Amino acid sequence: MHGNEAEFLESITGFVGAWYLFAALMNTGAALYLWRSGRVTTLVKVAGVGLNTLTLWALVATVFVTLSGLAFGGGVGGLRLPQALRDAFDAVMAPQYYVTGMLVFLAILYVARRFFVQPVVAWGGLNFVLLYMGLSITDPDFASIVTKPDNVPIVGLVYLLGFFTWLGAYKAVLNDDRLAEGLEPLEKADDEKVLVWPDLVYTELICMVALTALLLVWGILLQAPLEEAASTVKTPNPSKAPWYFLGLQEMLVYYDPWMAGVVLPSVVVAGLMAIPYIDYNKAGSGYYTISQRKFAYVTFQFGFLVLWVTLIVMGTFMRGPNWNFFGLYETWDAHKVEALNNVDLSEYFWVSLLGSARPSAPLGSSGVVSLGYILLREAPGFVCVFLYFAALPPAMVLGCKWMEDRPLLSKLRIVDMKELFLRAGFVRYMVISHLLLLMGLLPLKMVLRWTVNMKYFISIPEYFLNF
Amino acid sequence: MASLGDIIRESQIWKSVFRHPLPVDRRNRVVVMLTNFFLHLHPVSVKKQGIALSYTWCMGGVTFFLFLVETITGVLLMFYYRPTLEWAYNDILALRDVASLGILRELHRWGAHAMVITVWLHMYRVFLTGSYKPPREFNWVVGGILLLLTLLLSFTGYLLPWDQLAIWAITVGSNMARATPFLGFEGPGAQLLTVDGIDMITNASDARFGLLGARFVGEETLNRFYVLHCIAIPLGAALLIAIHFWRVRKDGGISGPL
Repeated sequence: MHGNEAEFLESITGFVGAWYLFAALMNTGAALYLWRSGRVTTLVKVAGVGLNTLTLWALVATVFVTLSGLAFGGGVGGLRLPQALRDAFDAVMAPQYYVTGMLVFLAILYVARRFFVQPVVAWGGLNFVLLYMGLSITDPDFASIVTKPDNVPIVGLVYLLGFFTWLGAYKAVLNDDRLAEGLEPLEKADDEKVLVWPDLVYTELICMVALTALLLVWGILLQAPLEEAASTVKTPNPSKAPWYFLGLQEMLVYYDPWMAGVVLPSVVVAGLMAIPYIDYNKAGSGYYTISQRKFAYVTFQFGFLVLWVTLIVMGTFMRGPNWNFFGLYETWDAHKVEALNNVDLSEYFWVSLLGSARPSAPLGSSGVVSLGYILLREAPGFVCVFLYFAALPPAMVLGCKWMEDRPLLSKLRIVDMKELFLRAGFVRYMVISHLLLLMGLLPLKMVLRWTVNMKYFISIPEYFLNF
Repeated sequence: MASLGDIIRESQIWKSVFRHPLPVDRRNRVVVMLTNFFLHLHPVSVKKQGIALSYTWCMGGVTFFLFLVETITGVLLMFYYRPTLEWAYNDILALRDVASLGILRELHRWGAHAMVITVWLHMYRVFLTGSYKPPREFNWVVGGILLLLTLLLSFTGYLLPWDQLAIWAITVGSNMARATPFLGFEGPGAQLLTVDGIDMITNASDARFGLLGARFVGEETLNRFYVLHCIAIPLGAALLIAIHFWRVRKDGGISGPL
């Protein structure tokens, strides 16, 4: 796939060198800014010698300059993560570890947000991912997937989302501290008005000029992809939808197309637009806050960052031929075989649990009788799905009440479902709870697939109805 | 003696175009916002914190700017491109290899990807600042439709180069429509729609057929997506953008506590 090693290394030398140089410049800038603004803080003090932020970022800049020099000097082949580490990474990577890992990672970021929003921590994290990218791109497999022209924007998306999620949380934590002290959020405290000319129109002009420059540079450096002419007989493997739909394509692993491709996307769009009408919380209008809108914040982040973006990233970078999963440093081998022995719930129930055959209509029976047998066969699934959607909404209210009485658990609670039910009213509560249940169904199906190879709760291939 | 600039600014032609003196003093900085067509989208004054970059992220404006970039580069690309099986791919090849200023397609494609990303980031910021709350609910809905239109614009444009990447991405994306409940020929319930034992929903009459104009991605699809991409969706988006901006002004101005 990637010819000879020397040629590959030569082809990325310029990029890696420039990448580290960029990182070095960034840190130099940060150090200069701290020095000029006098915002230097001391981090640790060991034996009377203190390490302050200015020294730290200056040191990091020096490291990056050195790396850049090594790269430009032809030493790119040495600037890699050790092979053993890359192999280990590929070996443990699988959809279950990737998705749960992302979930745990984001949960930690959320719970410990006061720690992570500190500029010095966030800047350190940025340096870490810059270094990680530099050390990874020298792997031919990693490079081939990340530098595919249409994938480059997704790399950008990941960095941008990281930055903006930090920025949003940073401002929210500042406001939350003020709110806890009984002060107004910063956005409210400053009431000063300015004229649009010049304060806004000049910002807009500068933005437009900068963006035009960025697009021009991007267009010159990276050519738009153009493969061979279309052919309806040569199906590429893998065949992927455009990148922003890859989350939906990933859902095809767990859902039938009518759910993954039609119903759920419609629910996503409808649910998104319904947000202002189901969020009865009047607080937090027009300013950053987490403490006043914990439930809305967590739900949105779960939907956007976990269910949408995480799956897009996986679909783009880690799904190869036959939609098999590949680690970031793994060669896309079209012959990789993955055992797929997925079992329907009806089979678990009738065959494994009861030890009988699945009910099936005798040969030659009429349509109605056949349908009756199908319904009987799938009865366990129907019961499960019914319970999930009908019994859980009231159960969530009761469960919240139950948690309330337990001091330890009540700390974990981000929403009072009983209050939500009373304030939202029956109809809105049903809409909210069913949207939540639909969101939760995907991870639930994922977990069941990973642990017990569950295929469908309800499987009626006779009528293309699998759920 | 009057300078050349003064002579120009005092001329009847200049005054007929710009109905206000230079915006160098407070009065004329107000007047310019009220009398200039392009500037009248804005109010005269705004809250200082509302336009702080770290607060607004500028992503809505950036998305609009990218929409304009896409419109301009798109019109230029239309000069070079014919949406037929015979020419589509060759025109793109020629655009890359022959046309001068050969980054037109790059600008258009990267601008499109960037627009999808910036529209998400705009939504992200609006959510994080709770700027969809009353009285701004409806504008969030308009924004939701605009997000959908942005994705559809990108999706329809993806087919036009008519290379392997294009047709298979659209094939995979549109195959889902086959499974639309009742309306797709492989969707649940489609078998129920029969008249005298004849299926009403077949692969030549279902939702995917309506999307593609054919049973598979072919010349009819190319034409259909071309028209959607260049005319129908941009017009719809332009109208909704106008409503979106207008409602920003009417629903309490740019984001900020009310």
